[in-house]
Amino acid sequence: MARSHSTDYVIPKPPLPGRILASVPVSITIYLLVIGFIAYTAYDGSKAMGYNWQWYRMPQYLWTMTDEGFQWGEIALGLVKTLQLSLLAFVLALALGLIVALLRLSGLLVGTAVARVFLEVVRNTPLLVLLYLFYYVLGPIFDLDRYTASILCLGVYHAALISEIFRAAINSVAPGQWEGASSIGMSKAQAYRYIVLPQSVRFMLPPMTGEMVNMVKSSAIVSVIAVAELTTMGRNIISDTYMSFEVWFTIAAVYLLVTLTLSFGVSLVERHYALK
Amino acid sequence: MTGGNPIIQAEALDKYYGSFQALDNINMSVHSGERVVICGPSGSGKSTLIRCFNALEHHSAGKLIVDGIEVFEGSKEIRRLRQEVGMVFQQFNLFPHLTVLENLTIGPIRVRKVPKAEAEANAHRYLERVHIPEQADKYPSQLSGGQQQRVAIARSLCMESRIMLFDEPTSALDPEMINEVLDVMVGLADTGMTMVCVTHEMGFARKVADTMIFMDGGQIIETAPPEKFFTQPESERCKAFLEQILEH
Repeated sequence: MARSHSTDYVIPKPPLPGRILASVPVSITIYLLVIGFIAYTAYDGSKAMGYNWQWYRMPQYLWTMTDEGFQWGEIALGLVKTLQLSLLAFVLALALGLIVALLRLSGLLVGTAVARVFLEVVRNTPLLVLLYLFYYVLGPIFDLDRYTASILCLGVYHAALISEIFRAAINSVAPGQWEGASSIGMSKAQAYRYIVLPQSVRFMLPPMTGEMVNMVKSSAIVSVIAVAELTTMGRNIISDTYMSFEVWFTIAAVYLLVTLTLSFGVSLVERHYALK
Repeated sequence: MTGGNPIIQAEALDKYYGSFQALDNINMSVHSGERVVICGPSGSGKSTLIRCFNALEHHSAGKLIVDGIEVFEGSKEIRRLRQEVGMVFQQFNLFPHLTVLENLTIGPIRVRKVPKAEAEANAHRYLERVHIPEQADKYPSQLSGGQQQRVAIARSLCMESRIMLFDEPTSALDPEMINEVLDVMVGLADTGMTMVCVTHEMGFARKVADTMIFMDGGQIIETAPPEKFFTQPESERCKAFLEQILEH
C-alpha cells in the first residue's frame, strides 16, 4: 500500500498543439475569422461588381402592415404552399414506402419483383425527369393539375428512399421477436403491428428526419413547372425587382429555418422512443 | 398418465437444412400430463425437434400430430396450434417495448380476444405464480435474467396453453438465477402440465421427468424413465454424455 494508485496509472495528455486548438476561446476565434473572411469576400465581390443592395425592400415580401391591417407577403404565402406540398407528399411517401417495404419483405416472388422494379426505376431516374414525366406525360393522360402532379411525383420519388428506411429498420428488430410473437399465436400482420413496427420506429427516426428535410428541399424543384411555392415566389420577386442577392439569401434562410425546426422537433420525438 | 391418445405424436420425422440432416427418423409420443426431458450434445437436433412441435420449424418428411392437429408447412391450423402450445426460449424473447403486464396480456387480448380486465387479472395471477407480482409495471430490461425468464413462462401460461415447450430455458442465465427458474418449472410440473424440456439441468430432470430422451446426430438414441436412464443407460454414447455432464 506504500505506492499510491495515482502514480501507477497516469493518463497521458495530448500533445500541446492539439490542446491549444481544442480550447474553446481559440476555436471560437478561428470560427469567427473563417466566417468573417467569407462574408467579407462576398461583400467585397458584390461591391466590385457594383451591386446595389436594397435590403430595405425585402420585408414587404414577408409581411406588410398597412392601413388595411396585417397581410402576409409573397414569401410567407410561398412557404405555406411549400409546407403543404411537402407534408402531403411525405404522407403519400410514407404510405407507399411502407407498402413497398412490406412487399419486398413478404417473401412472395411477385411482391419482391414488383418492389424491386419500382425501386430501381425510381432511384435511377433524375428527380427533374420524373417530374417532367408526371406533369407532361401522366398529367394530360390522367388530367392532373400541376399541384397534384407535383405531390404525386415527390411522393413516389421519396417512397423509394423511405421504403429502404422501413426495410432496414424492420430488419434491425431481433429475429427472436418474430418467434416470440408467433409462439403466442400471433399472425404475421399482428406481429408487425404490435411487436415489430413499434420497435423499429427507434431505428427509423434518424434517417426519416433526413428524408423529411430532403422532402422540403427537393420540393423546390416543382418551381420548374411553376407551382406557386417558395422558390417560385423567389423567382417571381426577382423578375419584378432584380434583387437576386437579397431574395436568394432570404429564401435560403427560410428553408434553413424550416429544416432546422423539423430536425429539432424530431429529436424530441426520438427521446420519447429511446430504449427504456 | 399414459391413458388415451398421445397429445404429441411424431412418426418418422426427418428435417434437412440444405444437405445437412438435422433430424433423422424421429419416432416419439408424449401423453397428456407427461413430462419429457430431452438432452444430448449441442447440435444433436433437440432444439430443432421441439421447435417442430409448435411449427417454428417445419419437418421435411414424416408425420407430426400435436393436440389433434396435423402439423405441416402452410397449414391453416398452425396459429390455433400455437395458442395451445406454449414455448419458452433460451433468450426469453420478451417484447422490450412493452411492460411486463403488457407482455403477458397482449397475446390473450389480441389473439384470444379476452377482455382487457380479465386478461390483466389473469396476468397478475400468473405473475404471482412465478413469484414476481411486484414487477408488473417494469420493462423487461429492468429485470434480471432469471426474472425475465419467469415473465416469459408466465407469458406462455397466460395463453392457457395445454402443452409447454422449454428450449434450454436456463442456458442463458447466470448460475445464481438458474434455481429460481427451475423452481417455477417444478411448480408447473406439479400442476400436471404437459411439458417437453430441452435442458442440461439433470437435477431438475431427475426431479420432474417421467421420460428421459437422449439425442445425438439428429436421432433419438435412448428413451427411458429417469431411474433407469441415470443408473443404467444402454448406449455407449449416452453413457459417455452423462459421465461428462454429471462429473462436475
